[in-house]
Amino acid sequence: MHPIVVDIKKKNFTSNSSDRIFTAIENLKFELLENEFTCIIGPSGCGKTTLLNAIAGLDNDFDGSINIKKTNPSELHSSYVFQTPRLLPWRTVMENIQLAAGDNHSVPFIINTLQHLGLGNNMNSYPHHLSLGMQRRVAIARAFSVQSRLLLMDEPFVSLDPSTAKKARELLLNLWREQPRNILFVTHDLNEAFELADRILFLSDSPSHVIADVQITSPRPERTPQFLDNFKNQLSIKQPHIHQFL
Amino acid sequence: MMLRSSLFNSTLSLGLLLVIWQLASLSINSPALPSPILVLSTLNQAIQSAELLHHLGITLLRLATSFFLAMILGTAIGLILGRHHKLNTFFDSWLIILLNIPALVTIILCYIWFGLIETAAILAVVINKLPNVIVTIREGARNLDDPLIEMAKAYHFGRYKTLVHVILPQLYPYIMASARTGLALIWKIILVVEMLGRSDGMGYQIHLFFQLFDIASIMAYTVSFIVIIQLIETALLKPLDKKTQRWK
Repeated sequence: MHPIVVDIKKKNFTSNSSDRIFTAIENLKFELLENEFTCIIGPSGCGKTTLLNAIAGLDNDFDGSINIKKTNPSELHSSYVFQTPRLLPWRTVMENIQLAAGDNHSVPFIINTLQHLGLGNNMNSYPHHLSLGMQRRVAIARAFSVQSRLLLMDEPFVSLDPSTAKKARELLLNLWREQPRNILFVTHDLNEAFELADRILFLSDSPSHVIADVQITSPRPERTPQFLDNFKNQLSIKQPHIHQFL
Repeated sequence: MMLRSSLFNSTLSLGLLLVIWQLASLSINSPALPSPILVLSTLNQAIQSAELLHHLGITLLRLATSFFLAMILGTAIGLILGRHHKLNTFFDSWLIILLNIPALVTIILCYIWFGLIETAAILAVVINKLPNVIVTIREGARNLDDPLIEMAKAYHFGRYKTLVHVILPQLYPYIMASARTGLALIWKIILVVEMLGRSDGMGYQIHLFFQLFDIASIMAYTVSFIVIIQLIETALLKPLDKKTQRWK
C-alpha cells in the first residue's frame, strides 16, 4: 500500500456570472512513495494550485479522494509552502513558525531548521525587514517545522533572481536530506524540476491529468547541463507526447 | 526638538484661547459668561467638596461599561457580517434603521420599556454606539487578507489562534478608529441619558446647574470632563497604538 494516494475524478468550477462549468481536473491519479521528492510540471492554468489546495484540504469540493496515511495522530496531513510567503507581518519569524508548529516541536529544532536555511540571525526579525528570498525561506522553515506527512510547495522560488533561486534550491535540498519528507513541488521550470526531483509528473492542459511519470535515478551532483540535455533528448524520443515541455 | 516646539505651540494656542475668553467675559460682564478664573476656582471648590469626583466617577463607570459592551458586540457582529455576504445583505436594512434612529428616541424608549434603571441607561448608550462600530469593523472584515486566512487553515490554527493572531491584528486600525470616534460619541450621549433618567452623574449635575442657572459650575464640570477624555487618549489609546504597531 502506498502511503499517499491522490485520486481526483473531477474538479469543477462554476463562474458566478454565467452557468458555464469549467473542469479543471479530470481523472488525475498518482501515488507517492516514502520520502520521495516529486515535481509537478504543467502548462500555466492547468490547475496545479487547484490540485495542491485539494490535497491540502483547503478545497474539499471535488469528486475523488485524497488518502494520506498518518503515522502518528499529532501530525498534520500536509504542510504548505504557498506561491507567496504568507507570513504574518505582525509576528516575528520565530513566532510565525511556532504558531504553525504548535507544541509539537521544540525551539532548538526550529532554530536548527532556520540555521539550515541561513536564517540563524533573523529569528526575531519581522518579515518586512527581510528580502523576498529570505521570506520564502522562512515559509519553507515553517513548513519543515510542522510535523506532516507531505510537504506541498507551489512554485516557492518564482520571481526570485536566478542566483538567489539556485541558492534557495540548494538549501532546500540540504534541509530535505537532513529531514526527509514526501515533497510535492509544483513548478513551471523544467530545469528546476530536473535539478530537484526524484520523479517528475507531467500534467496536461485542463482538464488536467497525468500524461507522463518520469523517474530520475541519477544522483543530483551528476545532473550537469550536458546530462540534462541528453536526458531531455531521450525523453522526447521515448515519450513524444510531452515534447511541448522539453 | 519637534516635541518641544509642538508643546510650545499648543500651550501658546490654549493660552490665546484663555485670553480671548477672559477679555470676552470682561467686556460682556454678565453671569452668562463667567471668566476662566471664576470657572477654575469653581472647579477647585467642586473637587475639594468631593462632589465632582463622585459624579465624574459614576459617569466614567457608565462610559467604560457601555464602551466595552459596544466595542465587543460591535466587533463580533461586524466581523460576522463582513465575512458572510448573505447575512450582510439580509441584515443591512436593520443596520440602516439602527444608524438612523435619533439618540434621544432610543434613550426615551429604553427608559419607557425597562424603567428608569441603570441597565436601561447603559443599554441606550450601547444601542446608539453599536451600529457605528459594526459598520467600521464590517469594512475591516471585508478587507481581510484571504491568503493569510487560508494559510491559517492549512496549518490548522483553529478558531482561537486564527482570531487572535491572524484576524484581530488586521482589524486593529478599524478597532482603533471606532474606539476613538466611539469615545467622543458615547460621552456626549451619556450626559443626555443621565439628564433624562438618572439621579447622579455629570448629566444629572449639569441639568441641575441649568435649573439653578449656575453657569460657572456647568463650565467647570465640562472642563474636568474634557481633561479626563484627553487623559484617556494620551495615557491609554496612544501608548496602545504604539505598542501594537511596533512591527511596522
